[in-house]
Parts: sequence; structure tokens; C-alpha cells
Amino acid sequence: MDRAEVESKMTDLLVDELGIDRDKIKMSATFEEDLEVDSLGVVELLMALEDNFGVSIPDEEAEKIGTVGEAVDLVMQKLGG
Amino acid sequence: MSGRVALVTGGSRGIGRAIAERLAADGLRVALNYRSRRDAAEAAVESITEAGGEAMAVAGDVGDGYAVAAMFASVEESLGPVAVLVNNAGITADDLLLRMKHEDWDAVIQTNLSSAYHTTKAALRGMLRARWGRIISITSVAGITGNPGQANYAAAKAGLIGFTKSVAKEVGSRGITVNAVAPGFIETELTDALGEGVRDALLPAISLGRFGTPAEIASAVGYLASDDAAYITGQVLVVDGGLAF
Repeated sequence: MDRAEVESKMTDLLVDELGIDRDKIKMSATFEEDLEVDSLGVVELLMALEDNFGVSIPDEEAEKIGTVGEAVDLVMQKLGG
Repeated sequence: MSGRVALVTGGSRGIGRAIAERLAADGLRVALNYRSRRDAAEAAVESITEAGGEAMAVAGDVGDGYAVAAMFASVEESLGPVAVLVNNAGITADDLLLRMKHEDWDAVIQTNLSSAYHTTKAALRGMLRARWGRIISITSVAGITGNPGQANYAAAKAGLIGFTKSVAKEVGSRGITVNAVAPGFIETELTDALGEGVRDALLPAISLGRFGTPAEIASAVGYLASDDAAYITGQVLVVDGGLAF
């Protein structure tokens, strides 16, 4: 899976799972401030990433994710890309 | 008949068994957990099945996080994601604090309180996905009023109340309710062991003048587990015949 595919799938997950407005989603957007995702929402997103990308994200790595782009980076890294 | 899956810890005997029977009668598919009494757990499953319900027995020490993970994997594979979790497993190791052994303190905290940490964390993933869930912990009047000889038990049960209220606030926005039921004196093997003299001395303090039955606790749990209780969360429902109020 290349980066564009991960970004596109990530965007779909944010829209479908967390109900975020598609227009607001940019790679530089922060979850908690720009996208107004609460802390439980971030946990849910990580669960969705694990389910949809078949990766495992340990809590200590999950804590470092602040923006959509960083989440994409982490998934890419886990996918070995 | 909702077909939802319920997991009742310590479900082979006493109050836990009555809860498992009640939830099965309400149409839930019930996994009842036990630690040591396989015979009792299988008898409970048989009784539920004969009454037309669906149940399975699943072994595991709820004080052990690895055992809890294995238990959830087994239940989810056989029945599906857990929608209703009843934290019922509990032990007592009574003594005056000054005589209480450290291992008796630790064992009671681990089985009665840390168990809820393990099971609830495991159950929440599926509940978040489903945007529906019920977590019901069986606490005790002893956790509200205190009881001499039960510093460990009362501390664990009071801990469950704080746990219940905190988790209720964390997950309420996702359609998951978290409540506790606090039984008073209920007729079980635990209270049978009290002896006639102690029982008679306790009765005047109970407004209804009798001990409760496991089924009367189960009916409170059945209610909190139902859609009828959708707007109740973070509460402690005291079911004690009017003992502590």
C-alpha cells in the first residue's frame, strides 16, 4: 500500500468512524484541536487503524500521534513502507 | 430476545449464577466465568439450557490479566462480542485490620477490584465499536457503610464504586452505561456460614425484616442491562431490603 492509499483510507476512516467533516481533514490537522476529536475518539481511531490496516499500535507509540499526517506516518512505518 | 452476549464473572454459584440465569431468561446469550468450580459452572449452564436459554462456561482467574484476555477471546469466538459485562466475581478473607495478613489484603483487592480493571478494559473495545454496552459491577453495602473485619473487602467494593463512576464519565458519549449494584445481606453460601445467632442479630437492622435472595439482586442487574435503563449511568443501586439509608 503506498502513502496516497493510506492517506485516502485514513480519510475514509475519519469520516466513517469518527464522523469528521471530510473538508476539514488535512495531513497537518491536529486531532484534538483542528478536528475536535476527544481523547476517547483518538483511542477509537487507533482501534480502527489496527482493524483496517492489520497493524498493532502499542500505547506508547499511540501517545505520540498529534496530527493526521503523523498517524499516516505510523501506519506506513508499521506496514514496513 | 435481544441475542446480545453477556459475560458474568463468578457466575457458577450464588448471586452470579442467579444473574446468569436471569440474563439468559431475558434472551441474552450468557458466558459464565468460573475459577475453580467447573462442576458448579456446568450445572448452571445445564439449568439455563434446560430452561430454553443459551449459555457456556468459561474458566479463568479474573484477577489475572492474561487469563482475562484468553477468556474474552474464547467467549468472542464462541458467542461474539460482549455487550453486557457483569463484574460479580469476589472473595472474602475477613479479619480485623490489625490481624489481617498482607496476602489476604492483596488477594481480595486483586480478585474483587483489579478484576474489574482487566475485564472492563477488555470488554470496552467491542462496546465502543457497537456504540452500545452495559457494565454492571456488583459492589456491596459494606463498601458504602464499612464493616468491621472487612477492611480489605470494603476497600475493594468502595473502589468499584469510584471505578464505576469514572468509567461512566469516560464512555457515556458512546452509548455505554456503567453502573453498580450494592447488595446487602443475601442468602448465599457466604451468609449461610454466619450461623443462626449472627443472622438473628442482623435482622432488626433490615427494614424488610429478612435477607434478600440472589434472584432479587439478579432482577436489578437484569433491569440495568436492559434498554429500559438506557438513561441510567454512574449509579449505585442499593438492593438491601432497607439496611443502609
